[in-house]
Amino acid sequence: MKNIWIIARKELAAYFHSPIAYIVLAMFTVLFGFIFYSNLRDFMMEQFLAAQYAQMYGQLTPLNVNESVIRSLVYAIAVICLFLMPMITMRLFAEEKKTGTIELLMTSPLTDLEIILGKFLGAFLLYASLLVLSLLYILILFLYGNPDGKALIAAYLGLVLLGSCYLSLGLMLSTLTRNQVIAGSLGFGLFFMLYLIGWASSYSTGQLGQLANYISFTTHIDNFSKGVIDLRDTVYYLSVIGLSLFLTARSVESVRWRA
Amino acid sequence: MIEVQGLTKRYGRTVAVQDVSFSVKKGEILGFLGPNGAGKTTTMRVLTGFLPPTLGKVTVAGYDVMQEPLEVKRRIGYLPETPPLYPDMRVMEMLAFAGRLKGVSGNQLKQRIAEVSEKTALSDVPRKLIGHLSKGYRQRVGLAAALIHNPEVLVLDEPTAGLDPKQIIETRKLITSLAGEHTIILSTHILPEAANTCGRVMIINAGKVVAEDTPENLTARLQGYETMNLVVEGPEAEVRERLSRVTGVSRVSPSQAGNGRVAFAVQTVKGQDVRKELARAVVESGWGLLELRPVGLSLEEIFLKLTTTESADDNAGENSKETAAS
Ligand SMILES: Nc1ncnc2c1ncn2[C@@H]1O[C@H](COP(=O)(O)OP(=O)(O)OP(=O)(O)O)[C@@H](O)[C@H]1O
Ligand SMILES: [Mg+2]
Repeated sequence: MKNIWIIARKELAAYFHSPIAYIVLAMFTVLFGFIFYSNLRDFMMEQFLAAQYAQMYGQLTPLNVNESVIRSLVYAIAVICLFLMPMITMRLFAEEKKTGTIELLMTSPLTDLEIILGKFLGAFLLYASLLVLSLLYILILFLYGNPDGKALIAAYLGLVLLGSCYLSLGLMLSTLTRNQVIAGSLGFGLFFMLYLIGWASSYSTGQLGQLANYISFTTHIDNFSKGVIDLRDTVYYLSVIGLSLFLTARSVESVRWRA
Repeated sequence: MIEVQGLTKRYGRTVAVQDVSFSVKKGEILGFLGPNGAGKTTTMRVLTGFLPPTLGKVTVAGYDVMQEPLEVKRRIGYLPETPPLYPDMRVMEMLAFAGRLKGVSGNQLKQRIAEVSEKTALSDVPRKLIGHLSKGYRQRVGLAAALIHNPEVLVLDEPTAGLDPKQIIETRKLITSLAGEHTIILSTHILPEAANTCGRVMIINAGKVVAEDTPENLTARLQGYETMNLVVEGPEAEVRERLSRVTGVSRVSPSQAGNGRVAFAVQTVKGQDVRKELARAVVESGWGLLELRPVGLSLEEIFLKLTTTESADDNAGENSKETAAS
């Protein structure tokens, strides 16, 4: 446990010693801010119309902040992560392989698993800081409406799981090469493809469509975004994370054998 | 302290190390010598648990590298060929990180950092970014990081590569001062370094051990001949023929020729001074003797002789490895 933290701390420091952390944070702030703003504007517009409607017909239908705003914001984060997450994970192993520092880690009294989990945790903490940033925006919602706190927790739990899937898969890809750009591109390509599969399959029925729908990461965020913690989605995400970390461990082991 | 038995390491079809066995006693300094690609780094990587051996058994301080890697790693300080350093870290941060990885923490860590940076002359650059350091300083940080947990065993891959002459001397002194308490294996291309610092030298070529002994014994054993440099004004073929007839001369090889002059390297049997005979032979034949100079055989030349003749016997370097692998 102590060793995992030593590695995680070093990774986190490395993000902030290099421009990566700042680029990721800035891009997230801008993109999320823009989406947040346009969503909020649409929402206000609806609310305005609803108020007029109420005046005309004498009945007020309460608008649901969770349904209309939070849900689309969760999707926004999921999409932004498609290309931000590879930027976070691409260096994790590729850089160590390139500079030879992997030799220090692997000749220190740590297990491979501790190294892998440490790196995962370091990347996760950077991702968590993105989520915290997005929460600051969402605080604004509390000024305008009364978002359901429980639903918000479910939504963020979903994002934590989804993000961890991206991170663990990106971590695995980073072990395959000593070139960060390759690791990053592979990650982005894979994540984007998984996203497209899910998007396309939402229009198709049939078995293949269902399978595609099941495989895609983003389709499983749907229930969470509505404030529902579905066991099946949770199990799906946890299995993807577990499998990716397992494959990472195998890959690191084979790095040793081939090196 | 270190036991290696029948170590073989293959990379795919290339055999990097073949059936190497040796042992190092506590407090000893063993030097690895060998040309590029001999398998020094590979052997060290297996010792430190970075690479698993293809065949063979390696134990350090009684622990098998494959069975109990963590116990072995706790006891080894390793300086790889390229010092494994993070360019974004400052020198102190790097040493602290290396220390924590090795299980040193708190006050003890602070104290160790101060000690090793003193020993490796890093005290003047504690806050410099490693990416901004010169090669020699990076090498020193690498060495400091290897020493940070005061390990029983030190494995140093070319510890003085890239250092300035003053620092080379300092580092050698440091290494010799560490012996006794620590067991050290180092590799080097600089033979005087091996001769001065190591209690025992192992010459490796093409993955095999070609010689292993104390530097003194190696020199004595291998200095079976002496070499003379000779520059003569005369026809090359005839001069060569005449010189090789002088008693005590074992080999004559022309090294250079130009405007009527020929330079020869004449190998003679040890203990026989043939300078007079050589001079007489040249003068009596009516050629001009321009230079006659004995060349001492340094460990460098012994090394060259050993490694080049060995590989010639084996059908030369990389080639032999391919055939061995198939
Ligand atoms: N990762 C690798 N994959 C394939 N072959 C390798 C690998 N690393 C080393 N080799 C081969 O193994 C052999 C021994 O290499 P090694 O690095 O151990 O030599 P060395 O004695 O350390 O040489 P140098 O003096 O140049 O440092 C070489 O023929 C080399 O080409
Ligand atoms: Mg080497």
